[in-house]
Amino acid sequence: MQSFYSEEEKAFRAEVRAFVETHLPPELAQQGLHDYHPRREDQSRWVRILAQKGWSVPHWPTAYGGPGWSGVQRFIFEDEMRRAHAPTADRIGTELVAPVLYTFASEEQRQKYLPAIRNGDTFWAQGFSEPGSGSDLSSLRTRAVRDGDHYVVSGQKTWTTEGHHGDMIFMLVRTNSEVKPQAGISALLIDLNSPGITRRPIWTIDEGLTVNEFFFDEVRVPTENLVGEEGAGWSYAKFLLNNERTNSAEVPHTKRDIAQLRAIAQIEPKNGRPLIEDAGFRARLARIEIDTMALETAVLRALTADSHDGGSVASLVKVRGSELRQRVADLADEALGDRGLAICLNPEGEHRMFDDGLTSPVADYGIGIAAKAMFRRATTIYGGANEIQRTLIAKTVLEL
Amino acid sequence: MDFAYTSEQESLRDSVKRFVEREFDWEERFRIIRSTEGVAAGHWAIFAELGWLGAGLSEAAGGFGGGAIENALIAEELGRGLVTEPFIAHVVATQLLAAIGGDVVADLIAGLVMGEKRIVPALQEPVGRGDWRLIETKAEGHVLNGVKSLVEGGATAEQLIVSAQDGDSTSLYLVDLQTAGVTRTIYRTLDNRRVADVRLDNVSGTLLASGPEADAAINRAVEHGIVALCGEALGVMDTALWTTRDYLKVRKQFGTAIGNFQALQHRMADMLIETEMARSILFHLLGAMADGDDDARAAAISAAKTQASSGGIFVGSQAIQLHGGIGVTEELNISHHYRRLYVIARQFGDVELHLARFAESVDRLV
Repeated sequence: MQSFYSEEEKAFRAEVRAFVETHLPPELAQQGLHDYHPRREDQSRWVRILAQKGWSVPHWPTAYGGPGWSGVQRFIFEDEMRRAHAPTADRIGTELVAPVLYTFASEEQRQKYLPAIRNGDTFWAQGFSEPGSGSDLSSLRTRAVRDGDHYVVSGQKTWTTEGHHGDMIFMLVRTNSEVKPQAGISALLIDLNSPGITRRPIWTIDEGLTVNEFFFDEVRVPTENLVGEEGAGWSYAKFLLNNERTNSAEVPHTKRDIAQLRAIAQIEPKNGRPLIEDAGFRARLARIEIDTMALETAVLRALTADSHDGGSVASLVKVRGSELRQRVADLADEALGDRGLAICLNPEGEHRMFDDGLTSPVADYGIGIAAKAMFRRATTIYGGANEIQRTLIAKTVLEL
Repeated sequence: MDFAYTSEQESLRDSVKRFVEREFDWEERFRIIRSTEGVAAGHWAIFAELGWLGAGLSEAAGGFGGGAIENALIAEELGRGLVTEPFIAHVVATQLLAAIGGDVVADLIAGLVMGEKRIVPALQEPVGRGDWRLIETKAEGHVLNGVKSLVEGGATAEQLIVSAQDGDSTSLYLVDLQTAGVTRTIYRTLDNRRVADVRLDNVSGTLLASGPEADAAINRAVEHGIVALCGEALGVMDTALWTTRDYLKVRKQFGTAIGNFQALQHRMADMLIETEMARSILFHLLGAMADGDDDARAAAISAAKTQASSGGIFVGSQAIQLHGGIGVTEELNISHHYRRLYVIARQFGDVELHLARFAESVDRLV
């Protein structure tokens, strides 16, 4: 190991940065400053720009329109996107659903769905968790009963991330209750505009909209929308969830948050000096930066490893990454002082649970910080709760 | 040594508990926090009628003969229901006035205890980041200029007690919110309380106290406020703890109640330890409030506030964690417990401030 990044990787980063600087519309970068969920039209607009360059789906195989990058290149790309506050793509579609489709779906399904994801036209949701099936996912009860050339789907899905933007949902359903739980699960692709589907927003601790509940009342789904084989849904889900955990370290996002925190601490005063000069604050910021440095390296090591290790690295970076995301958000909110305790509604006005009609005292650079600190309580729960991840580490790595 | 509450104190606790059960159930609370005022019309009058507004004030000062213990008890029970009334602000206001004394002040206290007057303290400033001792608001010839932040009860108050710098010394002024030059910005904090930032531009106020008398009054009143706040934190922590315990007994995953998993049992045990330490250190503080030693009391205040803040954040955040996804929702109470504990942790100074204040107090003691 000579230098951390090779010359080629450094050149690649410079190329990405130059592209973003010239192609990211300034109003989109401006929207990204507050780090609220991007609007769908903004996401589509940016994905189309990236698609023209061939960069909209960094981790897909070249056969389906991916750029053929290494793991490290994909990381650098994401790092640059976050750095520039670019809107994210539909991550459920591009990062979670698409890999299942190009790995397990039929050629017809691939042709039908993948280009629309790649071009930012179709957005996806995932229908996994149910009210009674969270960490214990395989106990799910939403049923799909065969009726001629259709499945009839009835049940309820919850924690459907960004489901309010979704056109299609990747669903885990029970097609057989006679066999052991895992073996009776199948994966269906369902059009969210089908009759019989209702959505309810789940408002969260930040008064924002991220997750939804979906109710399925005898929804008819063509059998051609089955992914792979009936009864094999559990293995596709495990494949998908492993991808989710690797991504959920979210190092580029944390690095972006640290940069924002530093900027706040240069403005906010403490004892007549910028907060960034306060010894106590500096020590806590340094500790977060050190932990991020270690985590970033752990993620890069995992990305350069040849073999797939069955997700144990994914679990450990998920645990550390999710905790870091909470710490950086909490410290940023603390840096705002009194203003960090104020609720400020999303100034873009999208998806407000409740408009209190009041005027927020928060300066522009602090908008969204408190809401983020609140919502980040979820990072140690979603994508497989950290308790589940620690058990996985104990079993698979430590063999306890 | 006696850690038991008197029968009067127990019946006071019961009366607050009954109020919370009767008037502040969860659905009612939702209606209240979504209303414009954020509090229900008539609740403050009930507080007055049941004697809570004077329960923590000596008879000499115009109260019903109690003190810090009564305030902590009331706040603890209000905390269990996450009641949004500005009770802590009321404690600070009455204790400020009681420490100042005099005929004018006696009338104000009488109005406060009867619930007829709404006067709240405006001590904190954005520049202080929770440190009430940092005052940049200027008083010159009874004319005030400056900004006060996070004024609890500021949305419903008629008058403020404002701290200001008058030359080299501190002074306290009574300011009518209708006075020319007062600009009030009302907003919600994360715990759904309505607070106000108040800007004072050449506002004339009535001098209440100045110099060492003002400093002592502020110190004493904030200490009483912190005691009540620690009581409230305990009520919130205890409720979050046992609500979570109940959930762990009924929530089933992997074919069993999740309370059977050792990792979760240990977490709950840690939550209980933090809560019990908050309870114990509050007892220590209540003892110190009755003693005369200023430094010992200051140390106890900062010790209790530190435990309420850090223990509160731990219990609140782990209550969410153990609930899983449902814990992060708006509709379940547990996210609201966290939000209140999160705000409490920063009120009247965060952990960092109180660790430093504790260390300074102990330096003088040893």
